[in-house]
Amino acid sequence: MFAYALRRVVATIPVMAVVALFVFSLLYISPGDPAAVIAGDQATPQDVERIRASLGLDRPYLIRFGDWVWSIMRGDLGTSIFTNLPVSTMIAQRIEPTLSLMVITLILALSIAIPMGVIAAWKQGTWIDRSVMGFAVLGFSVPVFVVGYVLAYVFALELDWLPVQGYTPFARGVWPWFQNLILPAIALGGVYIALIARITRATMLEVLQQDYIRTARAKGVGQRGILFLHALKNAAVPIVTVVGIGVALLIGGAVVTESVFAIPGLGRLTVDAILRRDYPVIQGVILLFSFVYVLVNLLIDLLYTLFDPRIRY
Amino acid sequence: MDRRTLLKAGTGLAGAGLATAGLSGPALSQGAAARTLRFVPQANLANFDPIWGTQYVVRNAAAMVWDTLYGVDSNLVPQRQMVESEEASADGLTWTFKLRPGLKFHDGTPVLSKDVVASLNRWSVRDPMGQMIRAIQNDLTAVDDATFRWSLKQPYPKMLLALAKANSPCSFIMPERIARTDPFQQITEYVGSGPYRFVRNEWVPGAKAVFEKFADYVPRAEPASWLAGGKRAMIDRVEWVVMPDGATAAAALQNGEVDWWEYPISDLMPLLKRNRNIQSDIGDPFGNIGALRMNHLFPPFNDVRARRAVLMAIDQADVMRAVAGEDEALWKRLPSYFTPGSPIYTEEGGDLLKGPRNLDAAKRLLAESGYKGEPVVMLVAQDQPITKAQGDVTAAQLRAIGMNVDYVATDWGTVGSRRASKSPPANGGWNIFFSWHAGADCINPAAYTAIRANGDGAWFGWPNSPETEAKRDAWFAATGLEEEKKALSELNKAAMDHVIYAPTGFFSANTAWRRNVSGIVKAPLPIFWGVTKS
Repeated sequence: MFAYALRRVVATIPVMAVVALFVFSLLYISPGDPAAVIAGDQATPQDVERIRASLGLDRPYLIRFGDWVWSIMRGDLGTSIFTNLPVSTMIAQRIEPTLSLMVITLILALSIAIPMGVIAAWKQGTWIDRSVMGFAVLGFSVPVFVVGYVLAYVFALELDWLPVQGYTPFARGVWPWFQNLILPAIALGGVYIALIARITRATMLEVLQQDYIRTARAKGVGQRGILFLHALKNAAVPIVTVVGIGVALLIGGAVVTESVFAIPGLGRLTVDAILRRDYPVIQGVILLFSFVYVLVNLLIDLLYTLFDPRIRY
Repeated sequence: MDRRTLLKAGTGLAGAGLATAGLSGPALSQGAAARTLRFVPQANLANFDPIWGTQYVVRNAAAMVWDTLYGVDSNLVPQRQMVESEEASADGLTWTFKLRPGLKFHDGTPVLSKDVVASLNRWSVRDPMGQMIRAIQNDLTAVDDATFRWSLKQPYPKMLLALAKANSPCSFIMPERIARTDPFQQITEYVGSGPYRFVRNEWVPGAKAVFEKFADYVPRAEPASWLAGGKRAMIDRVEWVVMPDGATAAAALQNGEVDWWEYPISDLMPLLKRNRNIQSDIGDPFGNIGALRMNHLFPPFNDVRARRAVLMAIDQADVMRAVAGEDEALWKRLPSYFTPGSPIYTEEGGDLLKGPRNLDAAKRLLAESGYKGEPVVMLVAQDQPITKAQGDVTAAQLRAIGMNVDYVATDWGTVGSRRASKSPPANGGWNIFFSWHAGADCINPAAYTAIRANGDGAWFGWPNSPETEAKRDAWFAATGLEEEKKALSELNKAAMDHVIYAPTGFFSANTAWRRNVSGIVKAPLPIFWGVTKS
């Protein structure tokens, strides 16, 4: 398995190279000019031109791309056009909030969605099943920002239980850290819960029809044991796959959630960078996201062996 | 490693993490909270070089950190700030300035005239008034540590205004080693001379900027008035909290998580006004002027009759309602290029923007210009509520006079880039884009780039009107209020006749703060000195 993992890690290099080429080219051909944003609205065209030249944005595509790739190969993601800070520093400043949000959301989603899906499958066709599926449809349908506003209104403004916005670093204490993440995680988790609950229900329904479940019942195994020890374990592979795919949903959702709850994470950094055309930051963050996504999928593949010992690499 | 071991290891790590997290940092005491002001700025402080980046948000932060030689007071009169005295020679060609004693930079070094010279040299490359002085300068030299001299080839009556103005870029004074940076390159050190110190290690661009009181700042004895007088920092720490979402900022203000929101969006003002813990008022008394900018290089707007037809078609009241809402205290019609309420305000030549709209006359004029229904490319930034509102309303108004408007919905970054294109509109150029100008920049022509009509050197749209330029020069040469009034009237008329651009109205915005904050003044920028929090 180690050899397989190593091969997969090595295989990420060409994937990242394609992503890099794609991202750079896309930004190159997209309209917009950071020099115009820097110069401000009152600047003359001559000022804008001089700033563009000083940033090296007037150089040919191939030279700029070559410089960038060479920097990346040396571990340097470049420097932000606007803040003059290294992109790696900006990412480091922002990674904790995003990571915290994603982890809390993941834990919340798994701990709610899997039992929901299992119970819905167990009680198929009953009002419980329909309620769970109704909730899932709602989770898919209501945009993250709407959920966010409603939660902030009820739990922060009306009840005054939780803060409206912001982020407290983990180092300042678990509760201050956690209380800033509760509402954003619920808002972000809605879609994710819906997705996992649906797939859990569908897979469980399939597994519950299997012969070995009938055998377990015949042997006198209790309902809880059947559901969570026998059926869920065998339904885990598709669920884990969806969890992995859903990381992309989380990344996308984090952009909106971080804006609604004013969390200084990578999602906001990405949006700000795109609006200002801060090319090095956009490139750096997208590369990072792509890398994380590739890595998560590798992890999911490896987890298959954990849940299904028959799988060997 | 088998799967059970892996699961155990994961559980152990999580447990260790939680145990470490128990060692929490100290929470802010109530006293510390009262000494900290949390402020939501109008935009993200993405860079912090007020000469390199001239966005207002940078200017606003820079005014806390760097002091100026002069500062305009609330009557728009330049007052001494870092300067103790000045002397102009009888022929107006030599200005000698003396710095007041005790001035220090935030690194503890004294402010010397060599720092001033380097700062003014850098500023004058980027600032329109600075460029005018630079064009007529013999030399700018440090005479001794406290004295510097500016020698000119011809008199420049607006010298003190140039050094005092609040318009970006202001002539902030930095240490010589920093001020020597190329004006088109960003500085990398933020050592200020003003009442607040920039806490660089707490700066998270896009999220937070922190300023702490500079204990060694020596304020002037006079009462504070805008950028002039004694800048007394009463709050120990000011935290700028960037909030991209207006609804979140409103909720945070209501909840007491922030103390002052610079620009609440007008839709949320009724909500904030209902909250008894929140106070609000118009923030900037000079407001803003909406602008529909036309490209003078290509048809139909290379013909002044087509530009006049636009003036006749625009109903400013409709545009302003879309921009600023139904509260008529926040907007007014503007038959002028200049900011209403200033001592030299004029409406000379603005007749086309007054009275009821005559769409038939506008149609006739448009036809006379030779317009035959060609697409008019209108760039409308959707991510800026002000430009979107202007675009949505004026597109309908221009269609009403038969203009074939090609509404290009895009973002501000794209508008910023595309408006610089001189290509024909069908080949990536443009006919119309929208912007707005801070009223403080439009009181007079001093910092009013958008009123320039010097062709290639003019602002986007490149109007060319030697008469307008001549009238502008006349204002700079004016020496008294009456002369200035006369010059401004003539300038407004010439600019209106040529239709440099189409003003879409005058609008203001509120600012809102918690009632436990006091000392907030109406000014063109948020003033933090004199502000207290209980």
